[in-house]
Amino acid sequence: MLLSMQGVSKAFAGVAALKAASLEVEPAEVMALVGQNGAGKSTLIKILTGVYRRDAGDITFDGRPVDFTMPAEAQGAGIATIYQEINLAPQRSVAENIYLSRELRRFGLIDHAAMRRGAEAVLKTFNLAIDVDRPVAHFDAATRQMVAIARAVTQNARLVIMDEPTSSLDEREVAVLFETIRTLKRTGVAVIFIGHRLDELYAICDRVTIMRDGQTVAKSPMAEMPKMALVRHMLGKELAAFQAMASDRDVPDRPVRLAVENAGAGVRVRDVSLTVREGEISGLAGLLGSGRTETARLIFGADRMQRGVIRMDGRERAYREPADAIADGIGLVSEDRKIDGIVPDMSIRENMTLALLPKLKKAGIVNRVRQDEIVTRYIRALGVKCASPDQPIKELSGGNQQKVLLARWLATDPRVLIIDEPTRGIDIGAKSEILKLLRNLADEGLSVLMISSELEELLAAADRVTVLSDGTSVATLPRKDLSEAALLSAMAHQVE
Amino acid sequence: MQALLRPFAIKSSGDLARFGVILALVGLILFGALRYDNFLSPFNILSFLRYNSMFALIALGMAFVIITGGIDLSVGGTAAMASVVAALLSPYHWAAGLFGGMAAGFAVGALNGFIITRMRIQPFIGTLATMLAAYGTGLLLANNQSVSVSYDTGFTVIGQDDFLGFPIPAWIGLAAYVLGWLVLEKLPVGRHILAIGDGEATAGLMGLKVERTLAAVYLASGTLAGLAGVILASQFGAGQPTEGVGWELFAIASVVVGGTLLTGGSGSVGATLAGALLLAMVFNILNFENGLGWISLSAYWQSVIRGAFLLVVVVLQAKLMARHRAI
Repeated sequence: MLLSMQGVSKAFAGVAALKAASLEVEPAEVMALVGQNGAGKSTLIKILTGVYRRDAGDITFDGRPVDFTMPAEAQGAGIATIYQEINLAPQRSVAENIYLSRELRRFGLIDHAAMRRGAEAVLKTFNLAIDVDRPVAHFDAATRQMVAIARAVTQNARLVIMDEPTSSLDEREVAVLFETIRTLKRTGVAVIFIGHRLDELYAICDRVTIMRDGQTVAKSPMAEMPKMALVRHMLGKELAAFQAMASDRDVPDRPVRLAVENAGAGVRVRDVSLTVREGEISGLAGLLGSGRTETARLIFGADRMQRGVIRMDGRERAYREPADAIADGIGLVSEDRKIDGIVPDMSIRENMTLALLPKLKKAGIVNRVRQDEIVTRYIRALGVKCASPDQPIKELSGGNQQKVLLARWLATDPRVLIIDEPTRGIDIGAKSEILKLLRNLADEGLSVLMISSELEELLAAADRVTVLSDGTSVATLPRKDLSEAALLSAMAHQVE
Repeated sequence: MQALLRPFAIKSSGDLARFGVILALVGLILFGALRYDNFLSPFNILSFLRYNSMFALIALGMAFVIITGGIDLSVGGTAAMASVVAALLSPYHWAAGLFGGMAAGFAVGALNGFIITRMRIQPFIGTLATMLAAYGTGLLLANNQSVSVSYDTGFTVIGQDDFLGFPIPAWIGLAAYVLGWLVLEKLPVGRHILAIGDGEATAGLMGLKVERTLAAVYLASGTLAGLAGVILASQFGAGQPTEGVGWELFAIASVVVGGTLLTGGSGSVGATLAGALLLAMVFNILNFENGLGWISLSAYWQSVIRGAFLLVVVVLQAKLMARHRAI
């Protein structure tokens, strides 16, 4: 066995990220490491590579117990990591990047010629002939990745970890990458392949390790793990089931408010069609990397749509930027509150009325009376628990922050609200409260497009669910056909 | 043939900007040589080199700092303080003045490195603080006036005498630039400095010792500023606690004109020298222009013209780079 990690635990500020997780890799095998966001994959990898220190557990690499305290040590021991954002110095040349930190020298000085020759030679083993004097930034993502792999090879890496290596590659580039991985295998190098696209995992990986909630929940040869079982292991079940808020509701065929037809852009969104009717919650499901968030961004005008049509109330629309979509009555509550949503040090009042400020201004001055009116109304309506509207939003719990964000968009009086992972990072009690809130809003006529990776949430709240797989809408399930099995099988479905 | 031409090959937009500054320098020299009788006279060349070596030294340190993506605002204050320290120590021995002044710069550089890498303060803020502290220390040591150097120990030789027909400050500058070029282009640490400027987190993950390298760069910048202070004191016969104001900006301008990106990760020692010489030569040419007697530009106007010149060069570089990227 090349690598064995056993009983690895890690907590951040008292919150357990890993609970006795394990991972084993044999020489010359490609191990798939899969799991939802927050399952603990990257924490496990970062512990292995010395970015984090573990709280407990044993790691042996190449037969020896190891305890790396920084990435350089792991590299020295023969573990190379190729991060998603491809860790290279963009302005340095290909040759320099391959040899950075282990420059070839002659009489103490850098031997540029030898580095050039060495880089060309190692890239040639991957059938890549490029000008190694050019800066790395000059090349496309696939080539940069190959350079990162070449760097690993020249470091005599025994184990190469690839974190979502295909996320920014097109099909041809993926084929090249897989050929590279096979070349690595032939030379006895093992690969840990972190990925989400099932067909890719089945195409290249020998075995699979599945993680959920900081634990390793399944290990198996890839061929003995049916897709359905893999998805079920990944998603698991959350015990606290929500009240079925939408159950048996008779949804009359109301007019379609938002229709997306064959939308596409780049490789992340290939062909998505979906509809949201007046007064309904339409769910958008799919595994990580299936293009859910990207679809939302296309609708909202945050990314440019390359193919397809968006209709609002039957009229064809083209949103060039979010401001256009907002003017048309579309709101987007994004997935990551910390990055895209809240301004942590500003008060609840300010956070809530941020999107509304232009309307609240008269001659450049904010109308405080109207601002207070709106803030008070939504704090009461949504049940935001806070000391006062002037409290900094960062002091609120996740659920209450989410309510303030919701209020921000509701105050703009939208007709369509896109909400990405509405209950992420929120405790169970607050989760059902948020869902209930969305339900009430829908009953009042709002159209909600709810993106969620939690099956229970979709089952509980959605009137219909569109399932994405690999950037394509593969199924739309009406309320009456919604079930865990139906969702799972649609998600595991692969487009041929 | 191809191998011979390789150093001149333009592989990145930064190369293009650096190529541009050398062209501009050659152009300016040609202009001066054709227009003014004594422009290429030994006297003009030697005094030009003698005076501007100080600025070139500071620009060299600044280039390294900016390549890492940082900034060192303390160099002017450090040079002023070092000139006072050197002047105060010069009566004991010329070497006491020389190494004392450099040590003063070394100390400020070490403090900068500590503040930036250990206390994790932004370079802009950290070196702003040490700049103020360095000026203050210089004024304290000098009792708020210039401090005459000793003429008995040979300390003034450093700034005023020649060696093999060239001013000693020019030799010092040349040595520093050759050393700087070696470090950046021929030693691994130079590649590491560039990679750190390209992205500190990435560089760390690639196994580079980021903190140690950064600290060394600020140390070098401080020491070079100290050396410039020594030359200042030696050349003008006095430690000058109020000199050095704005030197850091001149150095930053030289580095930028030399095609080094303020965002870090790209830069060249040779082009930095060209940038420093270019900006200095604008002054030199304006002096000659005044000498022709047709116009008379005050120092203030010269400053305005130099600013305008800087702007033109930077805009041209930006345009060149945009075009290069479009290709």
